[in-house]
This record gives sequence, structure tokens and C-alpha cells, in this order.
Amino acid sequence: MPDSLATVDWARAQFALTALYHWIFVPLTLGLSFLCAFFESIYVKTGNGEWKKLTRFWMTLFGINFAIGVATGIILEFEFGTNWSNYSWMVGDIFGAPLAAEGIFAFFIEATFFAVMFFGWQRVSKGFHLFSTWMVAIGSNLSALWILVANGWMQFPVGMAFNPDNARFEMQDIMAVILSPFAIGKFTHATSSGFVFASLFVVGISSLFLLQNRHQQMAKRSMAVAAVFGLLASIFLALTGDEAAYNVAQKQPMKLAAMEGLYRGTDNAPVVAFGIVNTTKRPGDEAPAFYQEIKVPGLLSLLANREFGSYVPGIDDLAFGNAARQITGAASRMEKGKVAVAELANYKAAKKNGDEAAAATALARFSENQADLGYGHLTKPADAVPPVATTFYSFHLMVVLGTLFPLLFLLVLYHTLKGTIEYQRWLNSINIFAIFLGLVAGMAGWVVAEVGRQPWAIQGLLPVNVAATKLAAGNVQTTFFIFLTLFTVLLIAEIRIMLKQITIGPEA
Amino acid sequence: MIGSLTYMQLQELWWLIAAVVGSLFLFLTFVQGGQTLIFTATQNEQEKTLIINSIGTKWELTFTTLVLFGGALFAAFPLFYATSFGGAYWVWMLILFTFILQAVSFEYRKKPDNLLGARTYEIFLAINGSVGLLLIGAAVGTFFTGSRFTLNEYNQVTWQTPYHGLEAALNPFNLAFGLLLVFLARILGALYLVNNIDHAPLVGRLRRAAWVNFLWLLLPLVVVLGGLATMDGFAVDTVTGTVSMEPNKYLHNLLAMPAVAALLLVGLLSVIYGVAAARFLDKKSGIWFGGLGAVLVGLSLFALAGYHHTAFYPSTADLQSSLTIHKASSSRYTLTAMTYVALAVPLVLAYIAYVWRRMDASELTAAELSGPEAKEMY
Repeated sequence: MPDSLATVDWARAQFALTALYHWIFVPLTLGLSFLCAFFESIYVKTGNGEWKKLTRFWMTLFGINFAIGVATGIILEFEFGTNWSNYSWMVGDIFGAPLAAEGIFAFFIEATFFAVMFFGWQRVSKGFHLFSTWMVAIGSNLSALWILVANGWMQFPVGMAFNPDNARFEMQDIMAVILSPFAIGKFTHATSSGFVFASLFVVGISSLFLLQNRHQQMAKRSMAVAAVFGLLASIFLALTGDEAAYNVAQKQPMKLAAMEGLYRGTDNAPVVAFGIVNTTKRPGDEAPAFYQEIKVPGLLSLLANREFGSYVPGIDDLAFGNAARQITGAASRMEKGKVAVAELANYKAAKKNGDEAAAATALARFSENQADLGYGHLTKPADAVPPVATTFYSFHLMVVLGTLFPLLFLLVLYHTLKGTIEYQRWLNSINIFAIFLGLVAGMAGWVVAEVGRQPWAIQGLLPVNVAATKLAAGNVQTTFFIFLTLFTVLLIAEIRIMLKQITIGPEA
Repeated sequence: MIGSLTYMQLQELWWLIAAVVGSLFLFLTFVQGGQTLIFTATQNEQEKTLIINSIGTKWELTFTTLVLFGGALFAAFPLFYATSFGGAYWVWMLILFTFILQAVSFEYRKKPDNLLGARTYEIFLAINGSVGLLLIGAAVGTFFTGSRFTLNEYNQVTWQTPYHGLEAALNPFNLAFGLLLVFLARILGALYLVNNIDHAPLVGRLRRAAWVNFLWLLLPLVVVLGGLATMDGFAVDTVTGTVSMEPNKYLHNLLAMPAVAALLLVGLLSVIYGVAAARFLDKKSGIWFGGLGAVLVGLSLFALAGYHHTAFYPSTADLQSSLTIHKASSSRYTLTAMTYVALAVPLVLAYIAYVWRRMDASELTAAELSGPEAKEMY
């Protein structure tokens, strides 16, 4: 990256780096915690020591992964303050509450029962140990709930109002924040993606054992449970994905347009099943959006509006407006936004000077335009357009991989039940590779969610360049490289430790 | 009942809640103290491993309490979160780096193929226990000494030094505050381990370590208490909200709030008794007195900083940019909603205490390090 990047770019790069590293470990924690709970439940139910051995093997891998997930997680929380201090002030009244709730309701469950899960085999009863393992699974997933409520609110801000006196948004309805369709959609989609990834992980490692002719019975048992869990989770993942895309279409139409590379809105809009994005195309020009493309007519209309033949707006419509379709573009929203920004300044100046009449006038004009406040900080309509190629490719990669996983789980389950899984060398080889694919799919999903909503930190209200801390870029640049080095070293350590534990296998 | 609290009462309540969480963190820094004791109180690998496994079942509680402390400040006092974290960038970043190192070190230290070797992870733990706490102490010290920042009319922070918070560690009072935390953590660590480990030679050394670290604590303690008694403080005019310097402000606060003075006194005596009980009375219960003392001292310091018309995060660059709990707080609605959420805290404390009792019903022995659970051990 060139040195000339602004502070906001480094802040974004640092947050993206931390979040993507965090997402290497978190999905495994979310899903493997439940799988460990399933395995241990079978052990407690059957009393068969082999299941205990199996549980302890997967728990060891869980513990190695959990530690680094915690390490990367704490950074994310504090980065809101360090790198996005204006954001923290402007929306802290709403955004802080889920983070505090996360600590109270989720983290302590994890922290407390994690110790029992690992060190309590001899210290507590079998039943209490199982209870603790379940609590770790529930606690881990509750942690995801609260941060995803916060993220959902950033994508679709609800339940708040702007207070011009202290220049921040203030919460007015906490239930609207918690029960927002974006919050629920984010939680169900992200956690089920974690279940799928963890299932791929267990299936993949088990396949490795089968290919190596080691621990065959343990591998087959693990696979049977993980394939069922993975299959159910991947079907649920697809359903929640459809719901997430619908929400995006309704509330973040620009993101949807970027996901499909749709520049000109149309009735009966197609899905691009395959496409090579024309990266030289700019919003408003006449260049084709793709060098090559294969379209499925009408499918996007159906997915976006759940109605055949319906109209889906494109990037150009949303950036420049489309009077025929009654779409107000970013261009005219910018004009109103600039009025809102100016009148807010006038209001504050009038208040400072004690001129109540001028303050009231400014406030009235601000109120008329405040819905477009965020647009007042943009310099041109194209600023409202996210990076199209990145969003398009990430979305399509995620969808393609997400479609493959249930098929893979189905095959694994079929051969496991039939008793032929150990002979399927090609399938077992694919299973190992699929661990990597699962990781890529999850990462791609987050890229769609976060890159696709640029330039907004809070959709429509607060662009990232206003949200960032006023800090010389060199500071953030330095910490970026420290994080990069530190996390990379720790990731290498984690992978080595895990591979060694897999080589050692379950205790004899 | 919660709904009928005034905005000001809610703000004061949330300062108290933040103070409770911060003070509990102070108690739980026995984990960090233990992390530094592995180099000074042990004579062999087995003793080191005993200490690490003893605090290893608790480190996440401390970590989580720190995270909750951050979350509670974000939710209740977002302007502090924005101002301090965004402004004192480097001091918070360095603190975070040490906590990243801590989070992996317990799990990775003894695992084969861990890339860096056990010794490196032990050094990581010691860095977290010393540098991490020193910097947290220095950062909290600025509650009394102030920082150089300004806020504009949109409450956006600009830090006035290029060191972004690191300058705090050069102020003698802040440095003493940091050292206070480091030595207190070592005392608490030793007391906790005395209670938790069954290994006579090690426990004997830990008893002495509690005493020696208490002696080391005295100098920074005198500097901090002396400083608080004599320094000018950041007073807030109750009518206009104007911030001005007031000679002996914190002494005035202490005298005006006798309950706070009592907390400080009882807290200090409790720590002293905890140390004496371990060193001279051969008791194992020192940690409970030491821990209670740490919590009470913590509460009194937060009260001195934030209550009685005082700016808790003062700016020396522009007095009027200083943060009071009223200026920095969330809206009334959010504080009310968060208060309902906080009703769950006693339940959380109850299950932590229950699990703690069950897990620590018997002391950790050297035999366990090679027992059936050895594979899961740190």
C-alpha cells in the first residue's frame, strides 16, 4: 500500500485485518463448541469411553483455537475507540449498549465454564461437566449475538434520533435495535456459517485420519455427527442467506447493485451466474459492466423483491437518481445533506452566541434535511458507490461455495451411513481441501457485508472518513504493521500446534 | 423504580457500576501478578507450571472483566471512550498488545511445536503482568493529573502531543500509580497462589513474596496518597459547569465524602492484614482480605476522581474540554435501559462464585501435573 493513504484508509485496513484474522478463529469456536457438546452428550448418554476420548481430542483443538480468537477479539472492541473515536462518540449511545450486554451476558459464561470444560474432568461431576460444555457453546454464540446486533444496526440504523445539541445519535427504542431484521439476519447467518465451517473442519480432519488409516472408528463417529450438523446448518445457512439478501435489497440497495454489478436498474433483473467485471467502468459512463457474463434472467428480481419481473435499481439510478422510478439519487441527497451540515453548524454557532431565534431557524432547516446528513460529507455521487469488483466477486464466491457444502455433507453422510466412507479417497481428499474453502466462504461473506456498505460506517448517516479518529496516518500505519506481524506469527504458531495435535491424535 | 431515577442519579449510578467493574478488575489482576511471579518465586520448571496452571483457570475472568470495563465505559460514558482511546492512542495500543500476548500464552506455552518456545510465552506473560499493568495504572493516573487534549463543538478529540498518551508514563504520579498496580498485583498473585497451591516450598516462597512486594508497594503508595492529598484538582462549578483548578481538590473530596475515606482506610488495612496473615500468621485466606481491600481502594479512587463535582478525565490543554460524568455520559434512555441489563450482574457473580468454589474445592498439587488431566494442563 502506498504511504500516501489517509488515516481513514489505514484505520479501515487495520480494522479489516483484525476482523478477518478474528474470523479465522471465531467460526470454528461457534461451531466446534456445539460439536463438542454433542460428542460429550453422547458420551454421557452411552457411558462409552471412546466417545470421551473423541470429545477430549476435539476439545483440545477447540482450546487452541479459542485462545487466539479471544486475543483478536479484544482488539476489535477497543479499536472502535482508538481508530473510530468520532464514531464512538456519535453513536456510542446506541452501539455501546450491545457491547456491554455482550460482556455481561456472554463473555462471562464462556470464561467461567471454559475453565470447567478443560480442567474440570476430575474436579466436577460428569453431569456438571457436560452442563459446562453446553454453557461454553451457548456463551460463545451469545457473544456473537450481541456484536452482530451492533453490526446489524450499523447496516440498518433504527430506534434512534439525532441530538443536535451534543452532535450525536441517541437511542430511543432498544427493542427496535435488538429485534431489527438485520440484527436477526446477521446473527442467524453468521452463526450458521460458523456451524458449517466447524463441521467442515471436523469432517476434513476425520477424512485425513481415514486416508492415513489412523483412528478410523473415531473419525467415522466424528464424521457422522458433523455431517448431520453440517447438512442442517448449511441448509439453514442458505435460507438465512436468502433472507439477508432480501434485507439488503430493501434497505441497502446500493450494496445489492454492487453485489450483482448492476449499473442500470431494470424490470425482470437478472442474476449474473458468471461474470468478469470491467474494472475500468465508472458510475454514469456507457462502458459495459462485464467483459464476459452469463445471466439468469429475472432471478434477481425474485430474490430482491420476492416478485417476478419486479424492478431492481442499479448503481447509476442510486447515484444520480431516476425520476421515472421515483428514485432520489445520492446527487440530490448530497445537496440536502450539505444543507443539514451547514445548518447544524449555524445552529451550534447561534446557540453559542445566545441567539435563540437564529438557533430555532437553523434547527428547523436542519430537521428538514437531517435524513441525508451523511450525504453532506460526500464530495461526488460516485463516492456513494462501494468497490464493485470486490463486492461482486466476494458475493459470488460465497454463494458458489455455500451451494457446494450441503452437497458435500450429503455425500459424506451417505457414505458414512453406508459404511463405505473410508474407501472414498477422492471424497476424503476433497473434504480436507473443503476446510480451506469454508474459511474462504466466511471471509468472502464479511467482505460483501463490509466493503459492500462503503462509504458508510453507519448506513446513510456517517461515512467512514468522518467516523475515523483525527490522528496522523503514521500512527495507524505503524500499529497496522505491528498487528500484521503479531497476528501472523501467532497464526503460524496456532497452525503448527494444531497440526501437531492432529498428528498426535486422540490419546491412546 | 429504575425508570424513576433522575438523569443525574443514573449518571452517578453508572459511574459506580463502572467503578465496581474496574475495582473487581483490580482484584483479579492477581492473575497478572502470578504471571510475573513465575520468574521470581520459582526454583524449577514444576513450580513454574504449578503457578501457571493455578492462575490459568482464572485468566479469562480477568480478561473478560477488562473487556466488560471497556464495554461499560463505552455504553455509559461514550465520550470518555472516544476521547481517551482515540486520543491516548499509543498507551492503549501498547496495553492491548500485551493482552494479545497474554491470551495465547497460557494455551501455547507447553504445546509441542509452538513455534516460539515455552520461555518466550513465559516472557509474554511477564510483559503483560508488568508493562501492561504499569501502562493501565499510568492511564488511570491521568484521571487525576489530566491529559493534553481538546474537544471541538462536535466533541471530536484532538490530542495535543505527538506521543498520544505515552507521555502519561513520564509523569511521576502516573508512574507511581502504575507501579502501585504492578506491586499490588504481585501481592494479590502471591496471596492467591498461597491459597490455591499445595506445595510447601513454593508456598513458603510465595508467602515471603507477598511481604517483600508489600514493602516495594509502600513507596508508590506514599507517592500516590501524598499526591492525592496535596495536588490541585479539576473542580466543576455546579451552576455553570465551568471547570477550574482547585487546590487540594482530592483532599477536599475525601473530607466531603467520609464514606469514601472509610473505604480507602478499610481497604488499605484489609490489604495489610491479608499480607500479614499470609506472611506471619501462616494463613491461606490472605487473598480474600487482599482482594476485598483492593476492591475497596479501587472504589474509593474512582469516587475521588468522578464524584463531588470533579472532572474525571481532565484536560490540561483546555480545562473546558475536561470530561465530567455528566458531560461524558450516554442519554437518559440508554442509561435506564442499561441499568435493567445490569440487574443480571448479581446472577453472573453468583455463578462465577459457584463455579470457582467447585473448581477450587481442592488445592492444585504437583501430582495433578502428571495425572489424567495432564494433557489439558497449561
